[in-house]
Amino acid sequence: MFESLSEKLNTTFKKLTGRGRLSEENIGEALKEVRLALLEADVNYRIVKKLIEEIRRRAVGVDVLESLTPGQQVIKIVNEELTRLMGETRADLQLVGKTPFVLMLVGLQGSGKTTTAGKLAQHLQGQGRSPYLVPADIYRPAAIEQLKKLGIQLDVPVYPGDSQTKPEAICRDALSRAGSVGADVLILDTAGRLHIDDALMSELERIKEQTNPTEILLVADAMTGQDAVNMAEQFNRRLDITGIILSKMEGDARGGAALSIKEVTGKPIKFVGVGEKLDAIEPFFPDRMASRILGMGDVVSLIEKAQQEFDEKEAVKLEKRLRKREFNLEDFQTHLKQMKKLGSLEQIVGMLPGIGQFKQLKKLKPDEKGLIRIEAIINSMTVQERQNHKILNASRRKRIARGSGSNVQDVNRLLKNFIQTKKIVENLARKGYQNMPSIFH
Amino acid sequence: MKLFGNKENREEGKNGKASGLIERLKQGLSKTRSGLAGKLDQLVFGKKQIDDAILDELEEILFTADLGVRTTQELIDLVQSAVARKELNHPEKLKDILKENMRSFLHLPRIEHQRPKPGEPLIIMVIGVNGVGKTTTIGKAAHRFRNEGKKVMLIAADTFRAAAVEQLTIWGERVGAEVIKQDTGADPSAVVFDGISAALSRKADVVIIDTAGRLHTKVNLMEELEKVRRVVNGRLDGAPHEIWLILDATTGQNAISQAELFHKALGVTDIVLTKLDGTAKGGIVVGLCHQLGLPVRFIGIGEKMDDLRSFDAQEFVNAIFD
Repeated sequence: MFESLSEKLNTTFKKLTGRGRLSEENIGEALKEVRLALLEADVNYRIVKKLIEEIRRRAVGVDVLESLTPGQQVIKIVNEELTRLMGETRADLQLVGKTPFVLMLVGLQGSGKTTTAGKLAQHLQGQGRSPYLVPADIYRPAAIEQLKKLGIQLDVPVYPGDSQTKPEAICRDALSRAGSVGADVLILDTAGRLHIDDALMSELERIKEQTNPTEILLVADAMTGQDAVNMAEQFNRRLDITGIILSKMEGDARGGAALSIKEVTGKPIKFVGVGEKLDAIEPFFPDRMASRILGMGDVVSLIEKAQQEFDEKEAVKLEKRLRKREFNLEDFQTHLKQMKKLGSLEQIVGMLPGIGQFKQLKKLKPDEKGLIRIEAIINSMTVQERQNHKILNASRRKRIARGSGSNVQDVNRLLKNFIQTKKIVENLARKGYQNMPSIFH
Repeated sequence: MKLFGNKENREEGKNGKASGLIERLKQGLSKTRSGLAGKLDQLVFGKKQIDDAILDELEEILFTADLGVRTTQELIDLVQSAVARKELNHPEKLKDILKENMRSFLHLPRIEHQRPKPGEPLIIMVIGVNGVGKTTTIGKAAHRFRNEGKKVMLIAADTFRAAAVEQLTIWGERVGAEVIKQDTGADPSAVVFDGISAALSRKADVVIIDTAGRLHTKVNLMEELEKVRRVVNGRLDGAPHEIWLILDATTGQNAISQAELFHKALGVTDIVLTKLDGTAKGGIVVGLCHQLGLPVRFIGIGEKMDDLRSFDAQEFVNAIFD
């Protein structure tokens, strides 16, 4: 749908040949792209503005790391900043002190509170807790029925509420009954409401007052637009929430609302909902979310890995050979060794700047275990064979297979793979390698 | 950040039954109006020419209304080129040019689709992601059709979500529409097949099919929806006549992706924009209409039975700017 930010940045930085230091001028264009990417991702306009200024301030004057292109350097800074805003470390439920604990779920209509209540119940069951589901939504038709059904599915007790009783009375009574049903955590499923609906917001305040919740969790749809800030601000102002649960994260929303909500409330995001099934709830990882908002997968962490682990000398040697358009099995092996340190070929390929045009490379995906076998095979070759694969006839292949504990098909597959890679790599080198910002520098 | 809560208007809207459609629309959109137009007025007040500061502010206004990068840039470009051509030399005219362009983006003809043959019911299939308000919209739509004296039947084809069938049943009782249902977990295609058969034999005028919410990116669930449509079509030639895509006004740019993928899979005929009674500005429809050419048919402005209103581009833009 959206061209990924890293692709956009690569285009932007193609023009930029000067290296060394990030300056006001050379990051201007890049920051424009970052800004649009954040806006496309539904991060609130004002937060984007603030963020871009912060990034500009941090980026100007920074030395471009040896192993990075300026584009990657900017992404790195952006990503660090986003991760920092997103909370850096992951936050869990704080269930300490006297039982029974009370978790109160609040949010707009349709944000997924009832489903989340079921998911939390299952999650807590898994931790050896005894949850008690409390239906406090007396407005939406059949909302109580929905929670009861989830309770049956999970074999979790559900407070027998009805839509004639006031929600605060339901919650209060449920709390007093918790002991008798053997529960140690109550999950209050409140009705969806608009943050500007004063009467219904007061109702939440009353529930809070009467049940003294351990956690008040705002359930927010990951697809929310610019209005996320107003919504979150109001819920937080009225209830002083303790955390956020982002729902519907399994879709293709970039989820900029997460950043907006975190920023205006200052409260941690504790879980993300990733499906309709009751086990589809995961802890929240700030760094992953940052990459998702930027629309670039895990490229950033790879950039960081590359920085630490790429063996410079080997890389320079490989690059020289590439420039001469020589790529033999020894290079292939070196290449694979580097890769083992870095992660899968697919990820590496995604990280190569300008790789968008070389889609075919993305198809070459040796699995991680396969890499070990490949290495064994190459190790069983003679130096001559490694330097010139063309001499590998049937009997040589048979010998290699035996020596490496594999079979001839494996050897053939490896060779096929190698020849493909060689073609692409040499092709890459021929087609203006100079234009391609190198990661081997 | 500024709040647009306007309680008086809301209360008035709830009680004042006699208020005209435009008034109701304005009330429902009051937050939109005080947001956008208020800021714009502030912006141009006392200024003699259009400078970068105005354009920056303008950009903020459009972005915070969820118009999105593409539509915002387009509108800004239009303003800029009008300035360059000297057609737009006074800030006061800014509002007119924006209004005019937004209206032209929103004003779309209805999509051509099959009409029911004489004696056959109008069959409407309602689709959308989870939690946008499909069932509520169906309840309100059924109420509208009932007010027109139509015999309405509802088919509960959301057999996945716990108690979805019960929710539709309660709406059916409220508005006086028979609900055709099977148990949760039943095959939606089977429910729909039986439902249409029942509607035909009982001579319903309008049949509305409630489907389970699903994210547009889930291929197998989208295929299930296509199958439901094929089954409907197999049971009654030409049906479903209308496919309504429900979108939540609080949704950001993802609404475009939703509309694109649902439209590609099923061929959407109408968009219904729900939850316009919050502070969300619903600006996403401007871009959506413009980029995809899908017309908005109704807007949801509250949880009550009669809170589903016809969408009219002219009124929508007027309500935003007047």
